Amino acid sequence: MTGATEVRSPVGARRTRRGAGADRPPWPVLVLAGVATLFFALPFLGLLWRVPWGDAWRLLTEESSLQALRLSLVCSLSATVLSVVFGVPLAWVLARAGFPGRRLVRALCVLSMVLPPVVGGVALFAAFGRRGVVGGPLYDWFGVRITFTTVAVILAETFVAMPFLVLSVEAGLRGLDRRPEEAARTLGASRWYTFRRVTLPAVRPALVAGAVLAWARALGEFGATITFAGNLPGKTQTMPLAVYLALESDTGQALVLSLVLVAISFGVLVGLRDRWLGGGPPEVR
Amino acid sequence: MALTFVAAVLLVACGSDARDAAPAGDDGAVTGTVTVFAAASLKDVFTEISEAFEAEHPDAHVTLSFGASSALAAQIVEGAPADVFASADEANMAKVVDAGGVSGSPEVFATNSLQILVAPGNPEGIEGLADLADPGLLYVTAAPAVPIGTYAAQALEEAGVTVAPVSLEADVKAVVTKVTSGEADAAIVYATDVTAAGTKGEGVAIPSAHQVVASYPLAVTAEAGNRSAAAAWVAFVLGEQGRAILAAHGFGAP
Repeated sequence: MTGATEVRSPVGARRTRRGAGADRPPWPVLVLAGVATLFFALPFLGLLWRVPWGDAWRLLTEESSLQALRLSLVCSLSATVLSVVFGVPLAWVLARAGFPGRRLVRALCVLSMVLPPVVGGVALFAAFGRRGVVGGPLYDWFGVRITFTTVAVILAETFVAMPFLVLSVEAGLRGLDRRPEEAARTLGASRWYTFRRVTLPAVRPALVAGAVLAWARALGEFGATITFAGNLPGKTQTMPLAVYLALESDTGQALVLSLVLVAISFGVLVGLRDRWLGGGPPEVR
Repeated sequence: MALTFVAAVLLVACGSDARDAAPAGDDGAVTGTVTVFAAASLKDVFTEISEAFEAEHPDAHVTLSFGASSALAAQIVEGAPADVFASADEANMAKVVDAGGVSGSPEVFATNSLQILVAPGNPEGIEGLADLADPGLLYVTAAPAVPIGTYAAQALEEAGVTVAPVSLEADVKAVVTKVTSGEADAAIVYATDVTAAGTKGEGVAIPSAHQVVASYPLAVTAEAGNRSAAAAWVAFVLGEQGRAILAAHGFGAP
């Protein structure tokens, strides 16, 4: 949903600009918009102001920082891959297959997007914990334990991130012109071939947008991770967890790590927009 | 991070609102809201003491905020609206004192000892600190700045035991939950936490040679808005009734 709206907004914005010319907003709108902008800008300015710049490089290259950064990248990228592998088929089913209770299934699959992450963590415990519905038998019969492992971090991140991809791809599929697919089928292409060679390329922008949003969400995951995976440097302590705990012991490190996360997230958003402007699909243009 | 900052800003905003609304002043009357930031291990006992305090001072209201002493200390240094700070160790209190965040000098009001918390029935058969070194055992503790993390590390060092924790939790209650929920096998926690866990956990004693005494200091903060009520609260905790409730929960006298 988010993805699809954003896919179109740059194009739409351009049209409005051309059509309406210099449309000056009334001053109350300007003032309120200014306040809103300040509200968003001030925390980041505050962050920039508080960061101990003299020590920044040393704090950033400390082993504990690098460890958290590495772990965050590995886990968030793994979660993104999992989200794509399972989320694209899910989005396809939600968009195309008609079955009873589809709305309910969709609500269930994207629930974790609006759920407080810590509740997600508790729910993951109930399912995959050592006393959980699935985790219990796994541990008792095979000695496999998920909690307190890097796998738990990846699961927690996938849990909260995949909905972003699913909604984006589903919206992309719904907005798709079906004729090329029908033509491919008429020309004798198999369902699988059509999906791979016609459908997927056509939803690529939505897929990329969804994947990037999912990745950003996974990178920032905190609540479900600390609840379900615990916190151990090098194993389950991702950047957000490191920031949270460093705040108690080494504020400088917390600020520097925060700045890195802000920079990455900002870069993602800016990059995303360029990507859409540059490589949008024909039907969106 | 940004969220944390926003949350902190909101907290500060809400706090000062609440305080402005309270008619309390520095005129000696015990009225209005006292905001107490207290170590997580004080949750049950401070809740009970607050009820007793409010019964004695009907015009006063106590707002309790529990967390790791390290987290609370960091919040107070950042200007969080606490009237009283009660830490589970001297180190985190010292952090606030050093930052000029305390008025007067902190006073130790209670002590606590350590025990090993295990699942009911002690399924892993843990008899002492040495058993925590078993690589197959899921041992959890708290992050290094959190008092219980420091105390546990001290006890293990005294005993010459090296452990490999599976997680460093944010505060002692989170540590306790990991064991009582069955996700972890053992943890070193306060004796009072074992009592509070009731039937969901079981304590294994730590011999006095390796025992660590946890001292709990409390102080009125430098920027306390409701100074008279804060002082009354501190006096109440140190007084007869406070001591009795602390003792009932298993805390030692200073």
